[in-house]
Amino acid sequence: MTNSASRKWAWVHKWSSLVSTVFLLMLCVTGLPLIFHHEIDDLLHETAHPSQAVPGARPANLDSILEEVHHRYPGKVIQFASWDQDEPGVLYLSINDSVAADPLTNKFARFDANTGAFLDEPEFSGRFTTIMYRLHTDMYAGLPGKLFLGLMGLFFVAAIVSGIVIYGPFMRKLRFGEIRQNRARPVRWLDWHNFLGIVVVAWTLVVGGTGILNTWADLVIKVWQYTQLTEMLGAGKDKPVPTKLASLEDAVKLAREKLPDMEPQTVAFPGTVFAGPAHYVIFCRGNTPLTSRLLKPVVIDGETGAFTDTRDLPWFVTTLLVSKPLHFGDYGGMTLKIIWALLDLVTIAILITGLYLWMARRRAPTDQVSELALPSIERSPA
Amino acid sequence: MSGPMLTKGSPRKIYTLPTIIAGVSGVGLIFALLGDGIWDVMSWLAVGLPLALAAWAWSRSTPLRRKIR
Repeated sequence: MTNSASRKWAWVHKWSSLVSTVFLLMLCVTGLPLIFHHEIDDLLHETAHPSQAVPGARPANLDSILEEVHHRYPGKVIQFASWDQDEPGVLYLSINDSVAADPLTNKFARFDANTGAFLDEPEFSGRFTTIMYRLHTDMYAGLPGKLFLGLMGLFFVAAIVSGIVIYGPFMRKLRFGEIRQNRARPVRWLDWHNFLGIVVVAWTLVVGGTGILNTWADLVIKVWQYTQLTEMLGAGKDKPVPTKLASLEDAVKLAREKLPDMEPQTVAFPGTVFAGPAHYVIFCRGNTPLTSRLLKPVVIDGETGAFTDTRDLPWFVTTLLVSKPLHFGDYGGMTLKIIWALLDLVTIAILITGLYLWMARRRAPTDQVSELALPSIERSPA
Repeated sequence: MSGPMLTKGSPRKIYTLPTIIAGVSGVGLIFALLGDGIWDVMSWLAVGLPLALAAWAWSRSTPLRRKIR
């Protein structure tokens, strides 16, 4: 690589890092507790647990659970019903004033899916993990906040790629993993920055890339609604929201019959953002580690209870669904979560040493600057 | 292991180990998606490789270790 080429890459590395470092530090710090959000919630908040399922017993009738919800919350409607993936046997119901209300304002009621008993009404809004989650995903700024953080993610990827390119010139006189321990701190930290940066590069690219994909989730879902969902609804896309809904128990039973190898995971009620105005959409998941992340929607008429359609999700939704575990690190037990947390800490170390090097380079006397600059630039007449 | 691994010199040598490490830890990220049990364990080893290397570099760079050597 020529001197001028590596100088350009060094420029990309410097500016892409400077633009994004503060936000990346925030993302790493807020992301750390989110790796363990389930454990933290269990620790900080009283949670009712479902009774042990009796083997072979049939789960509670969903219609009677819905009746109980309407009894408890008069005048309210249900937007979604979903089976908790982390805690089997728990059914989550999302409740609001109307089906069209913003799901962010939903209240939640949890039921024992086996006995049908009411468990509790978790309040998420003030929780530590919710605050971390909002900061991490949109900084309380909604879609613009998400897209902004996605842009910072793109700068992060640019910093990683340019960092890989200038790693070579920096390492010409060094061995892999060599830290010049007897040298001044800026030199030592430069060695650490280069070494840590290059060994975690696969992880930072994957977590950065999947994080960017997640910032586009709202848009991806909108595209799905306007394309595949509209096609599946057919003429039903213009029907009004039914005044009396068809049996949910029968609708879920029908979905199970249509997809015997899958499990219902979430039901979107007619009129809500993930459903048709007059149709249920029941999202089913597979039962292997990989397919449990993938969903398949079953559309069922919310008035008559008749089966309408089911299709595989398009590639862009599937990509989004697969990117989620790769960002969260929640797919390989507690050990993987701990590894995720340690890699997150290493990333924080890379960000801080990088920021420090930028400041040290600006402050250092001119005779020391050359040591921190690219070796190839050092030899150029400039 | 005495001293850092030999990769001094040409760009090809400089990037050989980093490429292997990125390949192993990158494939390891997929392992845990494919199955449970042994897949999870292989994933932990592969994704944890950069951490082991960081610990290796750290242990080599501490003054205590240098004195012993």
